[in-house]
Amino acid sequence: MTDFAAPARLERPSAIAFLGYAAGIVIIVWCFAGAGFSLEKMATAPPRFADFIDRAFPPNLEPDTLVRLGWKMVETLQIALAGAVLGVILSVPIALLAARGLIAAPWISQVIRTILGFIRAVPDIAWALVFVVAVGLGPFAGMLAIMVDTIGFCGRFFADDMEAADKGPAESLTATGARKTDVVVCATIPAATPAFISTSLYALEKAVRSSTILGLVGAGGIGIELKVGFDLFDYPTAMTVILMIAVVVIGIEYLSGWARTKIIGDER
Amino acid sequence: MSDLDLKEPVARQAQPDAAGAPVAPVSPVDAEALGVGKSFGETPIFSDVSFRLARGEAVALVGANGTGKSTLLRCLMGLIPVTSGSVRLLRQDVAAARTAELRALRARIGLVSQRHNLVPRLSVLSNVVQGLLGRHPGPRHWSHVVAPGASRDAAMAALRKVGLEEFALRRADRLSGGQSQRVAIARAIVGGPELLFADEPCASLDPAAGEDVMELFFRLVRDEAVTVVFTSHNIDHALKYGDRVLGLAHGRLQLDATAASLAASDLRGLYD
Repeated sequence: MTDFAAPARLERPSAIAFLGYAAGIVIIVWCFAGAGFSLEKMATAPPRFADFIDRAFPPNLEPDTLVRLGWKMVETLQIALAGAVLGVILSVPIALLAARGLIAAPWISQVIRTILGFIRAVPDIAWALVFVVAVGLGPFAGMLAIMVDTIGFCGRFFADDMEAADKGPAESLTATGARKTDVVVCATIPAATPAFISTSLYALEKAVRSSTILGLVGAGGIGIELKVGFDLFDYPTAMTVILMIAVVVIGIEYLSGWARTKIIGDER
Repeated sequence: MSDLDLKEPVARQAQPDAAGAPVAPVSPVDAEALGVGKSFGETPIFSDVSFRLARGEAVALVGANGTGKSTLLRCLMGLIPVTSGSVRLLRQDVAAARTAELRALRARIGLVSQRHNLVPRLSVLSNVVQGLLGRHPGPRHWSHVVAPGASRDAAMAALRKVGLEEFALRRADRLSGGQSQRVAIARAIVGGPELLFADEPCASLDPAAGEDVMELFFRLVRDEAVTVVFTSHNIDHALKYGDRVLGLAHGRLQLDATAASLAASDLRGLYD
C-alpha cells in the first residue's frame, strides 16, 4: 500500500479553458437562434406531418407510374455510376500530385489540395447548376456534377491514404534502385489499394444519394419527379419516389458493404 | 572500448589507425564508412563511425535497442543522409552521387528488412520481379504478367534458391512469416547484388524459422561470395554468421573484431 491519495475525479479547468467552454455554448445558442429554432413550431409540426402522411398514403403504385419512375431511377443510377467511375479514375493521378512527399514538389501538392478543398466546398447541387448552364439541361450535367464532386472527395482521401500507406515496401524498392514512379506504382498504390476501394465504394454510395436530387435543378434523374409531385400536391406519387429512393440507396449501401468485404476483407 | 568489458580482438581486419584512417584490408573494399555521424534534429544517434568491408566479408552489426544499427544501415545505403563523415559503396561516394548514379549504385546492392516489406496484394513472383526494377526501370517490371521472359526466369531461379518456386503465384500476404522473409531474400538476390544489407532479418520470426532463414541467407551469400552487413540482437547469430563483428554502444563504434576472436560473453558489455 502507498500513502498517495487518489487524484481528483475531475480536473478544475483553467480560466482560459472555462472561457472557451462558455464561448462554445454561446455560439451554439446563437446558431439555434439563427436557424429559427422554435419549440412552438416543433409542437405544431406533428399534426401537419401526420396530415401529409395521411394524404401521401397509400403511395401511387399504378403500373404506368411505376414504369415511368423506374426508368427515371435507372437514369439516376446511370448518372451516379458513370460520374463516380470517371471521378474515381481521374482522382488517382490528381491524388498522386496531392500526396505530400510522393512525386510532386511540396508547393504543387499544396496547390492541388487547395483546389480539391474548393471543389469539396461547393455543394454537388451547385455544381449541377453550373453544368446545366455549361452543357444544358439533362443527365449529362448531372454526371459531370457527380464526377467533379467525386474528384473533390476521392482526390483528397486517396492522397491521404497514400501518405498513410505502409512505407516498408516502398523503402525496399527504393533500395533496389527503382525510380520514384516505379516505387509509387509497385509499392505505394498497392499498399493503399484496400483504402482506395473502400473510399471508392463510399463515393459511389454518396453519388447515388446525390444523383437522386440533381433533378431538382434539371440535371437529370428522379429528382424532377419528386419536385413535380410536391409542386402539384400529388403526394402519393411523391411518396412513391421517396420510397424508391430509400430502397435504392439502402440497397446500394448493402451492396457496397458486401463488395467491400468480398474485395478487401478486413483490411482498410 | 574502455567502458565495456570486451575482449581485445585477435585479428582486426579494418580497425582505424591512430590517426583515424582505416587500415586498408588486403581484399578490395566494397564499403567504407569514414567518421560517419547521424543526428535527428538535436538528438545525436551515433558519431565518428569508421570501418571498411572487404569483398566477400560477412559483418555483423550489434548493439542494444536505440544505438542506431538500422539507422547506420540506412545511412550506408543513402536512404537517409549522414550528418557528418562519408560513405563509399563499391568505390562510389554515396553523398556525392546524383540521383541516377545513386539508383545505379543501389541496383548493385540488396536489402533484406526486418519486416519482409513485400507488397501484400501482389503475387510472390511479381514481388521478386520487382527486385529487378533498379536494373530495368519501367512498366515491364511492375508485374510478372508483363515482365520479359529473362526476368521471369531470373525471378523463378531466385525463388528456387529459397525453395519457394511452387509458391510463385500465391499472394504475398498469404505466406507465413518465414516464407515471406525467404521471398524477401529472393527479391534481394534476384539482381545478383555485389553487396547485401540485412536489417535483423529474423527478428520477426520464431526461433526455428529464424534459424532456417539465417542458414539459407548465409548459404546463398557465401555461394556467391557477396559482401554482407547484417544487424542482429542475437549474439549467437553474430558470432556464427559474421566473419567480423562491429558493436555500437553509447553513440560510438565500440567494437570491431573478428568473430573468431570473440566469445558471447565479450559482446554482453554492449547491452549494458
